[in-house]
Amino acid sequence: MSEAELKRTPLHAAHVRAGARMVPFGGWDMPVQYTGLLKEHHAVREGVGVFDVSHMGEFRVRGPGALDFLQRATTNDVSKLKPGRAQYGLLPNDRGGLIDDLYVYMVAEQEYLIVVNAGNIERDFAHLQTLARDFDVTFVDESALWGLLAVQGPQAEATLQPHVNVDLSAKKKNAFFPATLFDLDVFMARTGYTGEDGFEVFVKTDEAEVVWDKLLTLGVVPAGLGARDTLRLEAGFPLYGHEFSDDTHPLSSGYGWAVKDKAFHGREHILDRATPERLIGLTLDKVPPREGYPVLLNGEVVGRVTSGTTSPTLKRPIAMALVRADAAEADAYEVEVRGKTHPATRAPLPFYKR
Amino acid sequence: MSNPTDRQYLKSHEWIKVEGDVATVGITAFAQDQLGDVVYVELPEVGRTVTAGEAVAVVESVKTASDIYAPASGEITEVNEALGGSPELINESAFENGWLFKMHVTGLGDVLGADEYDSLAQ
Repeated sequence: MSEAELKRTPLHAAHVRAGARMVPFGGWDMPVQYTGLLKEHHAVREGVGVFDVSHMGEFRVRGPGALDFLQRATTNDVSKLKPGRAQYGLLPNDRGGLIDDLYVYMVAEQEYLIVVNAGNIERDFAHLQTLARDFDVTFVDESALWGLLAVQGPQAEATLQPHVNVDLSAKKKNAFFPATLFDLDVFMARTGYTGEDGFEVFVKTDEAEVVWDKLLTLGVVPAGLGARDTLRLEAGFPLYGHEFSDDTHPLSSGYGWAVKDKAFHGREHILDRATPERLIGLTLDKVPPREGYPVLLNGEVVGRVTSGTTSPTLKRPIAMALVRADAAEADAYEVEVRGKTHPATRAPLPFYKR
Repeated sequence: MSNPTDRQYLKSHEWIKVEGDVATVGITAFAQDQLGDVVYVELPEVGRTVTAGEAVAVVESVKTASDIYAPASGEITEVNEALGGSPELINESAFENGWLFKMHVTGLGDVLGADEYDSLAQ
């Protein structure tokens, strides 16, 4: 895809102004880093950073059939949601793999907002629109209406509180609520993808830059896709296209808790089928493991690295890997790096917990 | 960006400084900046004979692994052992302390002068 065809978020000009290094990501021209990946990573672990996640997709579902539609489409039990609460879920395809993972925010009775991954917006929408025909709902792609900023880090609440009209300390993890932030009407959610406390802010597209600029004025550190990836990997969060794909069995991921025994689309290919693989964590001594590197047990290839890096927080190489279910209980593996094998130790996920 | 004129460059951002029939090889300041924080370096074995243009080392940052190409043909005579414990030397001193390896040169590859490289890496 040429640069001219890449989509731009409402904060594109702000990123360029901040000197960000821009890269193509899921069809979007996105900042990979501003001043440096490690600085941005540590800012989120120790202070507060902000990510532009406006490239992600927002769909709205309204109507008497909204709950039944989401129960059919996603793996988690959406009936457990109350207005003002959010829930993680998976979007299964009809052959035992995944179209995407997503977040469902309950706005009110019979009304939900869904947030999906940037690269999957079109096909998620097409799939859900097809399923929606069987239910009494309106289903709308609102992606162009919303800028989305993720304010993440232990200082997120303290930084935002003086500028918000609600008591943030009363909002638990996965809360979703309307608020006034910097005198602008927004929705906020106590959700994120970094393993830290934080808030995601849904702001009208043409007001996104105001919020961004004010956050930077407060000393919030702009953080790019590079830091987002190292942070989520330390926190053991799967990323679509890496830990999840069209061919990944949803129960392989360690996210089996988000798959409930209910009548969802594709259920028979998932709940009635053995799990072929499992996601494990590995640490290595020195060499950073990268996606696609073979994982061996007793000299036999039993899986592959799905994400890997040198952890900025733990200061050692870490990886998530999908390995054959019958080989997923060992303590010691090897990872093949450029033709040579290196010892790898099984580590519990997440690698980092606040 | 102005690069030292006492050495030559590859389009792939390696530098080579030839002194007599021995040369020192590293990556440029531009390259280390693009890579970001270097966390691991895989160096060639001493005694290995390499051909100009051949991938002979790997420099890894938090984000990615990058092949390093030999700017000349010849034999590897020494590697920078300090990079094993301190790969960040490449970020701190790409043109001096962060050198990668030395080689006995039998023939230079397709190298650029500093001026030509300056106009490439900016």
